[in-house]
Amino acid sequence: MADEILFELLHMQVVQRIYKVYRHNEQEYGDISISKLEALGFRVGQSLVERLTKDVPRFKDELDGMKFICKDFWTAVYKKQIDNLRTNHQGVYVLQDNRFRLLTQMSNSKQFMEEAPKYLALPCGLIRGALANLGIISVVTADVTTMPACEY
Amino acid sequence: MAVCVAVIAKENYPLYIKTSNADNELKYSFTVHTSLDVVEEKISSVGKNANDLRELYLGLLYPTEDYKVYGYVTNTKVKFVLVVESSNTSLRDNEIRSMFRKLHNAFVDMQCNPFHSPGEKISSRSFEKTVATMMVPESHS
Repeated sequence: MADEILFELLHMQVVQRIYKVYRHNEQEYGDISISKLEALGFRVGQSLVERLTKDVPRFKDELDGMKFICKDFWTAVYKKQIDNLRTNHQGVYVLQDNRFRLLTQMSNSKQFMEEAPKYLALPCGLIRGALANLGIISVVTADVTTMPACEY
Repeated sequence: MAVCVAVIAKENYPLYIKTSNADNELKYSFTVHTSLDVVEEKISSVGKNANDLRELYLGLLYPTEDYKVYGYVTNTKVKFVLVVESSNTSLRDNEIRSMFRKLHNAFVDMQCNPFHSPGEKISSRSFEKTVATMMVPESHS
């Protein structure tokens, strides 16, 4: 229980810190910070997947890998599984988390809508890193429509 | 015990190669290189029939006159290759398997080191140590 809270706090601090570092770069500091966070996530995702796939059988195909991300990987990082995985079987996957841990602390209204992307950059990188190490080159974007729910 | 241990990245370039006998290094890298084709074949055949066991351990890749070559592929497509002398008949499949498991554990620990950047040659001391325990001692070979 305690480690989850620590993880959340650490994540908040990381986000804040990175935004502070690039604050002086007026116009595009948002972009730089987001890509920085994403890169951070990428690296972590890469090592994490190395560790988590140690004892699981080989994946048959891409879908198998995606299922792994939804179940084991997500549980390891956010202590819950992805709620919904959809695919068009042509390489587009939509992962939906209805109560995303890093967003549940924010209010349910539209008030902080523009704040959300910076808290989603790291998870995006995490997924991309994990997939890259499994041999799936991907582009990951996040989408928030109603507050604690989030789609990748 | 092994005479050669090799780690090959997912793009098929060597990350690490260690031989018990420095004189034969070229020969071993050649053997390992040859084995990659067999590894590739084994992986790609897995998807076709569903009842295939999807284990990370690939078993004996091919025997040559003097050596037996064993392979292991992680989920991230990193390949481990072990070369064992054929004269060493005491080694069982189980032991090879546990050697690979040990190697994999060491590899994962090394990957999770924040100071190691993925895709680089392996220069970790603890990994080196683990490999050393699996090798034939220099004086015997």
